[in-house]
Amino acid sequence: MSVDAVVMMLPPPRAGRRDVVRAALGHGRTRVGVVLAGLVLAIALLGPFFAPHDPGAIVARPYAPAGPGMPLGADYLGEDVLSRVLWGGSRVVWTSLVATLLAVLLGGTLGLVAGYARNRLDTLLLWAMDVVMAFPLLVLVLLFVSLLGRSPWLTVLLVGLGWTPVVGRLARAVTLETVGNEFIESAEMMGFSRRRILFRELLPNVVTPLLVQAGALLTWSIGIMAGLSFLGLGVQPPNADWGLMTNENFAGLTIQPWAVAAPIACIAVFTVGINLIAEGFARAISGVRERD
Amino acid sequence: MWLSETMRAAAEVAKALPTSAGAGARATTAEAIENPVAGEALLEPGLGQVPSAGSPSHLPWMLRRVAVALSVLLAVTVIVFLATVALPGDAARTVLGPDATPHALASLREQLGLTQPLIPRYLHWLGHLLTGSFGTSLTGGGSVGGIVGDRLVNSLALFLYTAIIAIPLSIALGALLAVRRDGIADRVGSFWLLTLLATPDFVIGTLCVILFATTVFQILPATSTLPTDASPFTAFQQLVLPVLTLSLIAAAYLARAMRASTIEILDSDYVAMARLRGIPERLIIWRHAVPNALVPAVQGSALMLKYLLGGVVVVEFVFNYPGLGSLLRGAVNERDVPVIQAVTLIFAAGTVLFNVVADFLTVYLTPRLRTGSRR
Repeated sequence: MSVDAVVMMLPPPRAGRRDVVRAALGHGRTRVGVVLAGLVLAIALLGPFFAPHDPGAIVARPYAPAGPGMPLGADYLGEDVLSRVLWGGSRVVWTSLVATLLAVLLGGTLGLVAGYARNRLDTLLLWAMDVVMAFPLLVLVLLFVSLLGRSPWLTVLLVGLGWTPVVGRLARAVTLETVGNEFIESAEMMGFSRRRILFRELLPNVVTPLLVQAGALLTWSIGIMAGLSFLGLGVQPPNADWGLMTNENFAGLTIQPWAVAAPIACIAVFTVGINLIAEGFARAISGVRERD
Repeated sequence: MWLSETMRAAAEVAKALPTSAGAGARATTAEAIENPVAGEALLEPGLGQVPSAGSPSHLPWMLRRVAVALSVLLAVTVIVFLATVALPGDAARTVLGPDATPHALASLREQLGLTQPLIPRYLHWLGHLLTGSFGTSLTGGGSVGGIVGDRLVNSLALFLYTAIIAIPLSIALGALLAVRRDGIADRVGSFWLLTLLATPDFVIGTLCVILFATTVFQILPATSTLPTDASPFTAFQQLVLPVLTLSLIAAAYLARAMRASTIEILDSDYVAMARLRGIPERLIIWRHAVPNALVPAVQGSALMLKYLLGGVVVVEFVFNYPGLGSLLRGAVNERDVPVIQAVTLIFAAGTVLFNVVADFLTVYLTPRLRTGSRR
């Protein structure tokens, strides 16, 4: 077989990715998702610059209703709810983002290696993934948090490692599917190195599904991070955090619902927005595949 | 006639399904739905990945599946042990805090077995676990087995009612949306299912409280502390909101999965064949699609219960319900090591159990796999 013939069998260079983005943004829902997620992201990242009060400042009596300068009222200590909402998003956003990134990098690599190895290493990696997945993720985090403390980096590490098998299985499945293709065979025939086949031939095929998966994982990481603070086992007072605020002001729901409603609205809008984006991309991928 | 039609149709599905590739890929059920992740269900919609019928009988496969599950559980005990008593630093000091007297430290070290070297200590602990002895609670002083047992019954009550309510409703809803695919009902329904799936569990619980207990309507109790001596199975008033919350969480998961797998069946070759032969759509749905959707439905239900295990911790805490989840939350807060060990092990065992049950039911319900004949 001439080199030309082999090159003809290589997959078309990643022309598809820009198409996928365009197709995804073509769905109305995806655009709604971008707006929703962007809005909450802006609150989380820029909010502290616009907060009228310090998040720890006592400005009124506990559970004071909304009034001038305090559009959302006061919380259980008399702190300004609006200021705490504006301050309380950054940590949940960055911890979930870093945890998801960790899971995608680690899980993607393990999945690629496992799927291409197809031997004992594959079996062993699958088994190890089963072991990690035997714990519901929140339970796994609680198990370690109890004695190791509540540092944000520890929870990031645990959530990232906890999602690794989820990513790994997907990456492995896509790799197994791709390995059977002719262009991999021809790459092997041409004597390309293992590393080149893994990262230049297989990886591009795995990236797009992993990105969709990452969007979904991000929403779940936000659920875990905020949930941990809601349980009182994440962010500690007097810091402002959406999950923690829900916990602190839960008892005052009948008197001052905003102190709970505002933070959970931020979390819900953010997770729903990201999921809409992820769904849009998933649809775009299957649509693009069908067209090919 | 009817039966043979169904069997043939089922055989067709089984043929179309991906079979596990070689010994490396163990048949661990529906990987698509296993992950509580919306995106993946969209990528791999089917529920029905089943083991290949490689052996004359499925007994060896089942035994191997159980052996793998047991090996996973063994590894789980190692992780729990390492996380709670063998971490760097002094577990006794962490539990008791900086003000502990040397005497209290020494006696706690003795109680936790910290004076022994690591491996004998693990084996000793494992031996106790296997005989059902979980030790004594560090805070209450009672037997961990007793405390955990009571809470387990309470949590099982939640699970039972959630299963009774959520499973039939979500299966029906998922199938309905699939049949009316891309219609207005499907668009609205799918949008809300996705929204519900994306929303964190504690947000759903809190919204239920705002809606039904405190702010909008005030018709139900916001907390679910069981009255003493009341059986959790009959305290309906206390159970309504937690069961509603768990049902919403479960329905989002199962109905979406059911919709995907029903669509897969409706798109399959044999349904297309039946349509070409002019069989009325009603008959196609009731005779062909519904019986075949049974496999993913049953499997999905088992996996749904597994998925709920993750939500139960937060939901029980929202409603202050005295179950395993709130017990774990309290134990973590108070660093009650033996209770943490017991509860995390139960959660892990539950996950592994629901996985195995889902796999077995798949094999049992798929005729080709049940008889074990080669195609």
